[in-house]
Amino acid sequence: MNAPFRKIEPGVEPLFKGAEWDFDLVKKTYDAIEKIGVGEMGLDIYPNQIEVITAEQMLDAYASIGMPSMYRHWSFGKHFAREETMYRKGARALAYELVINSNPCINYIMEENTMTMQTLVMAHAAMGHNHFFKNNYLFKQWTDATSILDYLAFAKEYVAECEEKYGVEAVEAVLDSAHALMNQGISRHPAKRPTASALRDKANKRREHEEATYNELWRTVPRSALAKTAGDADSKAAAQESLALGLPQENLLYFLEKHAPKLEDWKRELLRIVRMLAQYFYPQRQTKVMNEGCATWVHYEILNRMYDRGQLTEGSMLEFMHSHSSVVFQPKFEDKFYNGMNPYALGFAMMQDIKRMCEEPTAEDRDWFPDFAGNGDTLGTLKDAWANFRDDSFILQYLSPKLMRDFRFFSLHDNSAFPVVEVKSIHDEKGYRNIRRMLSAQYDTSARDPDIQVVNADLSGGRRLTLQHRVRNNIPLDPEACDRTLQHVAHLWGYRVKLIEVYAETGKTFKEHETLPLP
Amino acid sequence: MDIVDRRLNPKAKSLGNRQRFLRRAKGEIRDAVRDAIKKRKIAEVGGGENVRIRSKSLREPQFGLGHGTGQRDFVLPGNRKYSVGDVIRKPDGGGGGSGSKGSPDGSGEDDFVFNLSRDEFLDIFFEDLKLPNLVKAKLKDMRSPQPVRAGHTSDGSPARLNQMRTMRNSMARRIALHRPRIKELEELEAEIARLEALDPRDDEKILGLKTRLARLAYLRKVVAYIDPLDLRYNRFEKRPRPKTQAVMFCLMDVSASMTEPLKDLAKRFFMLLHLFLTRHYAEVDVVFIRHTTEAQEVDEETFFKATETGGTVISTALVEMMKIVSARYSPADWNIYAAQASDGHNFDDDMEHCLELLDGDILPASQYFAYIEVGQDDTPHGMTSVAWSGYEEVAERCDHFAMRRVASPGDIYPVFRELFAVSEMRGEGTR
Repeated sequence: MNAPFRKIEPGVEPLFKGAEWDFDLVKKTYDAIEKIGVGEMGLDIYPNQIEVITAEQMLDAYASIGMPSMYRHWSFGKHFAREETMYRKGARALAYELVINSNPCINYIMEENTMTMQTLVMAHAAMGHNHFFKNNYLFKQWTDATSILDYLAFAKEYVAECEEKYGVEAVEAVLDSAHALMNQGISRHPAKRPTASALRDKANKRREHEEATYNELWRTVPRSALAKTAGDADSKAAAQESLALGLPQENLLYFLEKHAPKLEDWKRELLRIVRMLAQYFYPQRQTKVMNEGCATWVHYEILNRMYDRGQLTEGSMLEFMHSHSSVVFQPKFEDKFYNGMNPYALGFAMMQDIKRMCEEPTAEDRDWFPDFAGNGDTLGTLKDAWANFRDDSFILQYLSPKLMRDFRFFSLHDNSAFPVVEVKSIHDEKGYRNIRRMLSAQYDTSARDPDIQVVNADLSGGRRLTLQHRVRNNIPLDPEACDRTLQHVAHLWGYRVKLIEVYAETGKTFKEHETLPLP
Repeated sequence: MDIVDRRLNPKAKSLGNRQRFLRRAKGEIRDAVRDAIKKRKIAEVGGGENVRIRSKSLREPQFGLGHGTGQRDFVLPGNRKYSVGDVIRKPDGGGGGSGSKGSPDGSGEDDFVFNLSRDEFLDIFFEDLKLPNLVKAKLKDMRSPQPVRAGHTSDGSPARLNQMRTMRNSMARRIALHRPRIKELEELEAEIARLEALDPRDDEKILGLKTRLARLAYLRKVVAYIDPLDLRYNRFEKRPRPKTQAVMFCLMDVSASMTEPLKDLAKRFFMLLHLFLTRHYAEVDVVFIRHTTEAQEVDEETFFKATETGGTVISTALVEMMKIVSARYSPADWNIYAAQASDGHNFDDDMEHCLELLDGDILPASQYFAYIEVGQDDTPHGMTSVAWSGYEEVAERCDHFAMRRVASPGDIYPVFRELFAVSEMRGEGTR
């Protein structure tokens, strides 16, 4: 609430007074929100579909990674069991809403929310998240909002079909292995994306073609005769093979799907499904701060505007402020509640800060952000940021010295060889840029995920698959998890798999892991 | 913008996932259930359970960076006192520099507690006991209400139409509304025809009759033979089946020779009997009698936990049981069930006394007496225990005396089979 007194426009009645809601009221309130969000703020959104669900259904949705339909797998059951237990114990509250990056944009709201909360979540999800999904370049590049629901429906059906044909356990084994490699199933460079129905047709055609053209004769042709050409230099052949296989390849799932020698077709299709999902969720991992910040900033703005013109009662406003301030609370690092940076807090604070700098800049702001400080166009500046940045670049570009002072950021350097950590920078003139760079690096997914690539497959020889992990900052892979995950790679590849950890700086080998598929 | 009400959509969308998850963790869950059975009271067997499992098969490994190695930089909020160059001791436990920061994924993940529903719990309990499926379903079935006739209603399915009531209503309505019978019309028509043949010019009379005929025909049309108003259907109400009360006596030898595993077997036997009884009776009391050379009534805790030293005299338990029966559970009001578990040891001289008690008092008063002899399957062939050889003769004579040697949980169920198979069938047949 920016002004102590609000100017209630004549003839404006509060939209609602009590906590109770009904469908007409939700509709009426949504229209008021949309009038502000789209009409005044100029947000660009997918059409909304608001779905009212119960707490139980919210738990269900959690268990299927928030998607309305999902193929069946035990790990979702495991997550469900854990969430349910936490919820029943009262250790964890449920989200007020859940929103899906689809067109139309599906917003789940819970039936037990009060009307004020419904207003809040509609402004948050149906306006904020929705605008972000539609406009951010990562989502535009990597996800196809119109087809995701169809693709999920196809995936669910396909997995169910496979379970019927090949047995639940066989399908499970493939999905287990694919899930283990999900973070290595992402292509970080965009490629053109066919639609879901085209993919499905293609998959079907592929199968039909194989079935139609199957010929017993081919089985009798000696394989080696085909492969055996003039025995020229091995290295040249190897280089050619690498080229043909597209090596080195960072997308393990893609590589296995295309080149694993022993995989049956339906297994390849399953890998593909998991890979598509990993790719779909990749932008969300990269934009937690921005996405939540955008939604939080938008709901804050919209509800304040509604209150200012008298559409909300003071009671509702207090309830909203209470809930809003607990959402954007950032515990200090010594606090027992501290669990990393709260993306809502950081995102919201940065966007409020951008607003401040656009409207009431200080000399320091003009110094640091000459291109927008004092331009008076808050929304234009924010929309530009929402569209063209992801978490790490957003922080690198927009985190102001004032905010670093407000958060009292300091950076630490930890060398595992010493029993102490050293304070490298604090929020002072010398430290600002350092802190900003390090905080940004903390949100850089490509720096946080281990850098693993397929470097060699030796298809004409022993078929040993070689992976390489480039060790940065002397941080190797967690050995136990690595061995277990490698087992999954071997399971899909079908032959011996080796993972070499090399120092990124020197290229020297640090450690080797090797495993064989279990019979 | 559309608002869709999804609250009525099918619930438990993730049931399939849960089943897959339970199957996956089956081994661990079964162990957890076994532990739970040990802790549980007999009467509590039919309930859900919080299960803690730590399962290798539930791991979801992923490539991740190692913890506590290498060099890292990180930014924290809330600095109050540090300036550049300060050093801070790392938190204990070798957690590395990340300290309290974002707990390493995966480490705490393998171990968690969740709730098994009553059905899931019983499924696993039954699995060890090798119950036939039909029996499983029946035991899991909570008190099944029975449809009972409860008057009539004007609304229902055609199959429940009560014809007598309906026709009675119809007739009453027809009389009250003066619905003409077909015979009346025919008579009138005959009369008109007769008059017309006799003297076609007697207009007035014929006309009068014709008007009357038209009126009657109209009435017949308007007042239906059976109107929806008349319909009456039999009404049924779901009422819990009247059940009676039963008391279950658990007799157990607690002398030193009864080891923990043997007691655990006995406990499952008692649990199963209790489940069967709760299915048949609204109220089931449980009485625990333990004995060595003397018997006493104890609570459940003591019954399973404490071990006594000394020899074994079974008859003392039987005497104690009869004492309790005559004091609290009159056979006229209570169905008496007795289940005895022992390793078969007894003083030789005592068997005669036991049989006397059984024949004279206990068997006539009780519905069923089950004796199980727990023990590892290492008794040499042909060797029978004192109690076993004593009871053998009773078992031949009496239908409601059952005895069985039990070495593993799977052997328990057959003890009950004959008894409950018969009564279930009888119950179904009379309905």
